[in-house]
Amino acid sequence: MKYWRKPLDQDKVKPVHGRIHLLPERCKGCGFCVKFCPRDVLEESERVNKKGYHLIDAVREDECVACGLCEAICPDFAISVTTEDEMESTSV
Amino acid sequence: MNGNHEEVNIEGLLRADRIPHIWCPGCGLGSVLRSFLSALIKSELPLDKVAVVSGIGCTGRTAGYVKLDSFHTTHGRAIPFATGLKLANPELKVIVFSGDGDLSSIGGNHLIHAARRNMDMTIICVNNFTYGMTGGQAAPTTPLNARTSTTPYGNYEIPFNIPYLIAAAGAVYVSRWTAMHVRRLEKSIIEAIHKKGFSFVEAIAPCPTQYGRKNRQATGLTQMNYYRDNSIINHGADPRDVGIELNGPINVGKFVDIDRATFSDLQADILDKAFPPESKPQTETTRT
Repeated sequence: MKYWRKPLDQDKVKPVHGRIHLLPERCKGCGFCVKFCPRDVLEESERVNKKGYHLIDAVREDECVACGLCEAICPDFAISVTTEDEMESTSV
Repeated sequence: MNGNHEEVNIEGLLRADRIPHIWCPGCGLGSVLRSFLSALIKSELPLDKVAVVSGIGCTGRTAGYVKLDSFHTTHGRAIPFATGLKLANPELKVIVFSGDGDLSSIGGNHLIHAARRNMDMTIICVNNFTYGMTGGQAAPTTPLNARTSTTPYGNYEIPFNIPYLIAAAGAVYVSRWTAMHVRRLEKSIIEAIHKKGFSFVEAIAPCPTQYGRKNRQATGLTQMNYYRDNSIINHGADPRDVGIELNGPINVGKFVDIDRATFSDLQADILDKAFPPESKPQTETTRT
């Protein structure tokens, strides 16, 4: 990200990166997460699940800041976001 | 249901064996349910003291999906059941989660009378402007000129303005959000849960299959985009001005937040006067 000036605490504050997890059997391809993601991380893919709904892909996962809006707006409880710190703490 | 909040997450509040739910692709009910569950977790209520009651309809299925004490009542009778539940066990936090048809049409009388009595409960009314489960008939909330399966040339019945109805009947907390405003809806539900008295949250949700398709909003996404582009956040607006027109703006926000004595308070006052505390042990024995 480009700043118009250098933030004073840029060294201390680490931007949070999120990881997207999808439960394919629950997704119904409504597209809410794709449309409302503020960083345009997600895209509809060609892959389909058992019921024939088009799944979503996290094509720009590096951009994800773990705001959790996709998780909050998903009507099918299919998507969840974890931060990288959480991933490390659970894997240990 | 355990009351330990540390370990409860939204997945833990769902009956996983019933998921995926029956709601159509593009339906907003899941988003509203998710906002409700996350509000419940953030409200830090003891979950073994929470009861969810719902009526009949697509929204009525909610009671079967939440892993809380829940009851699926007959059509329109969610509020009478909840009233009984609250009176029998005043410690419970009773939450009614039902649809616009169930609450404002079949259960219309119960709704206004519970608001009049100021029963201590929270109502979450999911409004999709139609009777979704039975085939998209015109509901009392269907906007003028909207096409439904029973009004193929346009609806000519003037609809209810639910926040106005409830505010006039005497509710202490009335707000309206859409399924698109997930975070604001969640905050509003937390406020409503903590409000003492009859608190009412209207959540407007897309119904692409039965309502949207007939009104040029063929997918849930189109309806959500419409909410995003046409919602006006108008806190403290006069409820009589927040009626919904077809393809018109939707006023959202918190409309009413007042304090009023609840049914239980007034009942306790009168009973204390009628049966002064010194004679109370005697009256309790005669009552049982």
